[in-house]
Amino acid sequence: MAVTRRSWTGWRFAGPFLAVFALVYVAPIAYSFYLSLFRTRLIGGTTFVGFDNYVQAVGDPQFWSAFGRVALFLAVQVPIMLFLALLAALAIDSGRLYGTGFFRISVFLPYAVPAAVAALMWGFMYGAQFGLVGDLNDAFGLSLPDPLSAELVLLSIGNIVTWEFVGYNMLILYSALRVVNPSLYEAAQIDGAGQLRIVWAIKLPALRGALLVATIFSIIGSFHLFNEPAILRNLAPNAITTYFTPNLYAYWLSFAGQRFDYSAAIAIVMGVITMVVAYAVQLRGMRRGALS
Amino acid sequence: MTTNRRHTLLLGAVALSMSLLAAACGADPGGSDPGGGSAAPASTAAANEVQAALDAGGTLKVWAWEPTLKQVVAGFQAKYPKVTVDLVNAGTGNDQYTALQNAIKAGSGVPDVAQIEYYALPQFSLAKSVTDLRAFGADQLQGTFTPGPWASVHSGAGVYGLPMDSGPMALFYNKDVFDKHGIEVPATWDDFVAAAEKLHAADPKAYITNDTGDAGFTTSLIWQAGGRPYQVDGTSVAVNFGDAGTQKFTSTWQKLVSGKLVAPIGSWSDAWYKGLSDGTIASLVIGAWMPANLESGVKAGAGKWRVAPMPQWESGGKATSENGGSSLAVPEAAANKALAYAFLKYAAVEEGVQARVDGGAFPATTAQLSSPAFQDKEFPYFGGQQVNKVLAESANQVADGWSYLPYQVYANSVFNDTVGKAYAGGATLSEGLKSWQDASIKYGQEQGFSVR
Repeated sequence: MAVTRRSWTGWRFAGPFLAVFALVYVAPIAYSFYLSLFRTRLIGGTTFVGFDNYVQAVGDPQFWSAFGRVALFLAVQVPIMLFLALLAALAIDSGRLYGTGFFRISVFLPYAVPAAVAALMWGFMYGAQFGLVGDLNDAFGLSLPDPLSAELVLLSIGNIVTWEFVGYNMLILYSALRVVNPSLYEAAQIDGAGQLRIVWAIKLPALRGALLVATIFSIIGSFHLFNEPAILRNLAPNAITTYFTPNLYAYWLSFAGQRFDYSAAIAIVMGVITMVVAYAVQLRGMRRGALS
Repeated sequence: MTTNRRHTLLLGAVALSMSLLAAACGADPGGSDPGGGSAAPASTAAANEVQAALDAGGTLKVWAWEPTLKQVVAGFQAKYPKVTVDLVNAGTGNDQYTALQNAIKAGSGVPDVAQIEYYALPQFSLAKSVTDLRAFGADQLQGTFTPGPWASVHSGAGVYGLPMDSGPMALFYNKDVFDKHGIEVPATWDDFVAAAEKLHAADPKAYITNDTGDAGFTTSLIWQAGGRPYQVDGTSVAVNFGDAGTQKFTSTWQKLVSGKLVAPIGSWSDAWYKGLSDGTIASLVIGAWMPANLESGVKAGAGKWRVAPMPQWESGGKATSENGGSSLAVPEAAANKALAYAFLKYAAVEEGVQARVDGGAFPATTAQLSSPAFQDKEFPYFGGQQVNKVLAESANQVADGWSYLPYQVYANSVFNDTVGKAYAGGATLSEGLKSWQDASIKYGQEQGFSVR
């Protein structure tokens, strides 16, 4: 009797979490997986096709072109963004800035702007016809390249995302710096270390865990790029294809193409890839942590 | 270590679940019941059923975005006080179709009446998501409507909607701008190209028109040029953008695109309205439903704009095509189909038509189109011109034999992926149309059509 009661106590604590977890987390994944095993056609209705949708996804050049684009984005944008965030965090933490509170808030502020609004705002600035770029061209007789052209649009999106997330990553890094015991700095100074030496020998090692978390969030964010291209597409429909990013492609397949089944397969493939990459980065980060 | 690993797995799992959000939208692969309608043309019984539904009254949910339907609803409710109409704007065009498809799939929240554009109707009729209105005697309405829209609501012998308006094309132009630069109203597309060059040379900020790649516009021009890229016979479909009519279009239009003679501004954008207002977009070749839009959206253009016949591919030619235009349809899952049909008839055939014409809509009914009151109406916005004369003439000259794909909604949605490259400078229009053709064929095959 007592044994039974004790085991139920555990469930009572875990139950609310497990219920929500099952409902909002396991159920959508299971349902998406279930969807991905079927194919619904306008002619012929719905049939069970096993893993055909996955086979199609693996051989789908549009999917891989979308994947290549976000991979390039990840390789270029994330290091730049994290480097800028690191600089900002170190600058604030150095204690040598006037008005750190203001600086911190103003760098963080873009993160508080909803992504859709940010994309729209930047879209208007990027406009070479009626936007800021167009006005600059008119006012100074310039011919600036169109940021929304097919060649430059990925770069322009990278700029928006960097603007949005530098402050967020800065906060992650800054809070990691705040927990460093100040006596370490004092000891270093007594030993004759300069500021750069302190950054290199104390602050950067202290930041490793936070950097890893920020990197993993950024990897997930890059693979899930959606808002910015989806909104800028209204302004540049010929530069941003419907398969510009994997998520945009999945969205388009679902809502324009009525291919919920294939879209679910794409989402699962992309989820697995994201998981593998995030896991690889985590493992590598942990191994380096163990070595030092 | 274990904590770390669990943490890692959780992060990975978060990644997976975030991916899945994009796909986790209601769709039931097991539950699409075609629900074949009973299409027995028994007219008196059907008329009685409709009358009985009106007498009994009830509530109708109507999904439409067309503004003049408000007056129609008011008139309908005044005439049949027992009926309450709930007019909902569930989005324009594609947005509404997405919502409608989802509601039909989910089997709940389906409206009784939905506005569906002609190009999109086959997608719904083929999936049997909309009712064959022959059950209510709609097949006897032949002759009520002009031939183009009447053909557009048919799929095989079935009638899947009642034509609400039509969009025979015409040239809308800013006379002030044309006069200022001494440009004649173009009678042919060659003249149009010449006018584009002359205007842009005289004022580098001004363009004859705008175009950033618009599927509806492109197909309408190919239609007028005699191209028939889509051949549809039930579930057998052919797509071919290599025919002579299409080539006629591409060879002329390529000059405008390559020469940067069309404004790179998307239609219906803020920049577009601005260009129409300040004269930097000097003309539009567009459907006959445009006057009301110009009057409300381009107030600065009052008195400046005029309407002329659509430019021709051959000098002296008299062929036009349709651009846009909508039907009203009754979803198969509608709760009260007889009452819904009564509303359709009121809006598309009876008093509702005149109410919509008074509100500035362009009808699809022969009675209104040929009535002197309609044709002789002078529009102050167009400098007192009898605009409807030009538009009604265009309605009579619509070239026949055109059909859209049964999945045109999707095809149009990937137009900019393919033909858009021609506007971004990476391909020619013919190459773009060829890859659009390939994408359309691929999707058709995936959807179970036999595509040639």
